[in-house]
Amino acid sequence: MSNIPGELKYLSSHEWVRIEDDGETATVGITFHAQSLLGDVVFVELPEVGANIAAGDEAGVVESVKAASDIFAPISGEVIAINEELEDSPETVNSEPYEDGWFFKLKISDKDELAALMDADAYAEVCEADAH
Amino acid sequence: MGNKTSLYQAHLDSGAKVVDFGGWDMPLHYGSQLEEHHFVRKSSGMFDVSHMTIVDVEGPDSRPFLRYLLANDVDKLTIEGKALYSGMLNEEGKVLDDLIVYRMPQDYRLVVNCATREKDLAWMAKQAQRFNVTLVEKPELAMIAVQGPEAIDKVKACRSEDAQLIESLSVFQGKERGGWMYCRTGYTGEDGLEILVPEADAVAFWKQLEAAGVHPCGLGSRDTLRLEAGMNLYGSDMDESVTPLESNMAWTVALDGARDFIGKRALLAQKEAGLCMRLKGLVLESRGVLRGHQKVIVTTESGELAGEITSGTFSPTLGYSVALARVPTEVGDACEVEIRGKRVQVSVVAPPFVRNGQRVYK
Repeated sequence: MSNIPGELKYLSSHEWVRIEDDGETATVGITFHAQSLLGDVVFVELPEVGANIAAGDEAGVVESVKAASDIFAPISGEVIAINEELEDSPETVNSEPYEDGWFFKLKISDKDELAALMDADAYAEVCEADAH
Repeated sequence: MGNKTSLYQAHLDSGAKVVDFGGWDMPLHYGSQLEEHHFVRKSSGMFDVSHMTIVDVEGPDSRPFLRYLLANDVDKLTIEGKALYSGMLNEEGKVLDDLIVYRMPQDYRLVVNCATREKDLAWMAKQAQRFNVTLVEKPELAMIAVQGPEAIDKVKACRSEDAQLIESLSVFQGKERGGWMYCRTGYTGEDGLEILVPEADAVAFWKQLEAAGVHPCGLGSRDTLRLEAGMNLYGSDMDESVTPLESNMAWTVALDGARDFIGKRALLAQKEAGLCMRLKGLVLESRGVLRGHQKVIVTTESGELAGEITSGTFSPTLGYSVALARVPTEVGDACEVEIRGKRVQVSVVAPPFVRNGQRVYK
């Protein structure tokens, strides 16, 4: 039903992680399922570039017309970039959650943490359970 | 599964996301709540409000009954079809519900909230015992609100046989013809109509409006529109724990004169003693969204006093957040709100925030 790219990793709290080609950088956003639960996104609060965050930390907030939701860091690392476009165009999170709607990029500090993330199939089951 | 209006299938056909609302399966949105909001502010949108309860009050005592039942005075309705907004109070002056009453050619018609239907009907039946009146529910009528600057023209084009009647309506007036009733009322702060339609005609009319370019809108945009318009939502902004004087509804209470009504004594006593709390508008022009139940902090010379947001949202028209909040009467033109553990400064204003597409608060 939902749109869950096979090459990404996921958290049960609906963040996705893309390990970039360099193997050192991870991009984080929220899933198609998450944006559809939230509805129209109106504000995104992002971490500061340079901040060191640990897996499971609150790394930001996404606010829709309907609700506010925390964004958790899927893995530990230093924030090396944030998506500043979201300040003016928060609706990108709704229209392109996996592309231009990304939130921030981390320099991965512990690659072992990647093993704890879900693959697309496991995450699809989370969404499925959500729907019932 | 909840109750379904006669338009339920039409909503699914239009891609509605359906949620439970007061026991009814109603559309929340048809894709984007924000877009629906803008359609109503800029052109036209329509809402299925068939879940609302319509009750006709008939009989020789209908006028004295309503003068006793309601805080506002139906004697203000001197012109046929004219509508009046009123609270229905208990003996303590607390709000049982808010409603609209129309002066029909014979007698009166009430439109009350769906979530309070059973409570309202029981209360009205109880109060009616002393009067020679009959209460007749009208479940056979669907109700469609068509709202926005282009709404009335669109309806006239779809219902050319009734165009003249529609044109003759003044603001807050409704007229019936051939089983249809056109009311120049709404819950959005825009011009438009609320149309009572025989259930059998509802789907065809809805599809006709849709074909004419009237955008289907769900409860999500209905809420942001009414909040921008500074209109209370029963169950959020007022309920049986507060009086209309504490709910920015003093204008709906006709306290002067000899007329007695349920709750009058309590309201006079409250007025005499002075109010502690008031419903005001809050505006947050920086980032963040004000939401229901957030704590409001009012700083006075003698310390901090607490209030609470009763409804809050991002305002799509203004591009920042607005709210209604019950706050201590000591409040000045600024106060603080606790948003997710952080205090932010907000302005205190008199609602409404938006009317006819434009910012109106000062």
